Amino acid sequence: MIKEKRQILIFLLFAIIILLVPLFLKGNYFLNVLVFIGINTLLAVALNLLLGYAGQISLGHAAFFGLGAYVSGILTTRYPVDPWLALVIAALCAAALAFVIGFPILKLKGHYLAMATLGFGIIMYIFFNETVDWTGGPSGLSGIPNLRLGPLTFDNDQNNYYLVWMITLGVMLLSINLSHSRIGRALRAINDSEVAARVMGVNARMLKVQIFTVSALISAIAGSLYAHTMMFISPASFGFNFSVELLTMVIIGGLGSIYGSFLGAAILTMLPEFLRVFRDFDIVIYGLMLILITMFMPTGLIGGLEALVKVIVSKIKGSAAKNA
Amino acid sequence: MDNPSQLVQYVLSGLSNGAIYALIGFGFAIIHNATGILNFAQGEFVMLGGMFTIFILSFFNLPLVPAIVLAIVFSTLVGILFERLAIRPLKNVKPLSLVIITIGASIFIRGAAMLIWGKDTHALPAFSGNAPLYVYGATIMPQHLWIFGITLLIIIANKLFFSYSIIGKAMRACAYNAHAASLVGIDVKIMVLLSFAVSSAIGSMAGIIIAPLTMTSYDVGIMLGIKGFCAVIIGGMSSGLGTVLGGLLLGLLESLGAGYISASYKDAIAFIILLLILFIRPEGLFKQKETQRV
Repeated sequence: MIKEKRQILIFLLFAIIILLVPLFLKGNYFLNVLVFIGINTLLAVALNLLLGYAGQISLGHAAFFGLGAYVSGILTTRYPVDPWLALVIAALCAAALAFVIGFPILKLKGHYLAMATLGFGIIMYIFFNETVDWTGGPSGLSGIPNLRLGPLTFDNDQNNYYLVWMITLGVMLLSINLSHSRIGRALRAINDSEVAARVMGVNARMLKVQIFTVSALISAIAGSLYAHTMMFISPASFGFNFSVELLTMVIIGGLGSIYGSFLGAAILTMLPEFLRVFRDFDIVIYGLMLILITMFMPTGLIGGLEALVKVIVSKIKGSAAKNA
Repeated sequence: MDNPSQLVQYVLSGLSNGAIYALIGFGFAIIHNATGILNFAQGEFVMLGGMFTIFILSFFNLPLVPAIVLAIVFSTLVGILFERLAIRPLKNVKPLSLVIITIGASIFIRGAAMLIWGKDTHALPAFSGNAPLYVYGATIMPQHLWIFGITLLIIIANKLFFSYSIIGKAMRACAYNAHAASLVGIDVKIMVLLSFAVSSAIGSMAGIIIAPLTMTSYDVGIMLGIKGFCAVIIGGMSSGLGTVLGGLLLGLLESLGAGYISASYKDAIAFIILLLILFIRPEGLFKQKETQRV
């Protein structure tokens, strides 16, 4: 109980800080960066549900992000569909696709699963590029309308910030909740040993497909939000490199840690914004980060921070005991 | 061009691409069989082969043959370094960590190649000129013959090495059962290192012989790597005839698909085949189904 209360307090604190930030950044360019951090957090959390909770890798998550963006973009520019309805349809499309391919794809394990999701991602990328009549091809799709809520139009950084972060915070809360539920424990069991989990009566096959579907659904919502805030999308944002970037966010933040996903998304979104030099070095650095973190800090930055705090606390306690 | 000669043309270019895929597939199989790792950086060694050769040719002004030998040596060194620095020190050998580390290595190598050699596409001169030969109305570049010849040589050398040499046999022993191999005095660590060396050497060779036909740049490794993987999956993870057939089949389907259906979906064809094989027969087309050990 106490632990759960602490979890709630931490989340409330996090949410309040996030919601107060724009008050200090009125009209600042940085707010725009924060909108992207929100979208990337949403994506990192989605991938983390699959990778960190259930231990199933996906190298094709940019495809679901792209699918969400394109379904939303195409429905609102080529047909008179309301952006909110488009968002819902986009999310359902991605979820349906994930559910259908989930059964054969999640039968595969480890390296094979990675290759299959990679292949899926590249097939989708090729379709985004080649179905020019719908997607506009490599030159992209422009003129996507903003979302509206009554008199409020989400067309400036501050409104977008609240739009994106309300949804991101909601998904974060649900994800944290999930890890403490029966399903969360079953997923962790699959992560540790799928055979053992099945012996204990966990329907591993179905559960993996379900979490894959949820993950794709969230990614598509992120894609839809991206399309309606940017008002322009092109295939370049949804390729293999972005799938790897998402993977890097989850790994450096920490597998299974929702706040870790936020941290990873924040770091990877801000680095290229503030270090111009970084733009040429980005993939080299992502590569190094993936290798080094996996080798030396398997629980990611959040895990590293927790360990550090524990060491400091025990040191302080130790010296206090000595003094007494 | 009339239709039969067009068909011959597609078949020829399909087979020569297929030979390359088979060689890349060999690289996957050799490491996978020695270590259980699927090396996602395999394609990058193919890229390194071509790029190193071009770099050595222009920088040291060496003739082609020494340049190729040096390029293979350099790529092999990169492979050995990768094994020593990122694979051997690993204590936490969960499959997921291995996937992530080899992906990390792959984008690191690709990024480093981009920083060093830039984003331009480079062409390697053909080994023996560009005067085409004509067969049944189709044109063959001399380079096609080089590809077929060298691929055949590598396949034979590979077969001899793994069947008759003591080191090759030791590597196979590790593939069957590393623990048992170590009990009869085989140094498993050396065999793992060797598997990385051999597979990066074969990969870079593949990259060198294809570079005059298709050009090369820092980012060719992803596509070639996945197609090589597709070949070896069709072949059931063996570095033998199955993978050669797998590569040729993939090359043919791709080239015929691009010719008769749609050129812009050429790459999609390979990936759809990959997914179908993984979904329906992950043990390969030519292999008996095995029971899985837990």
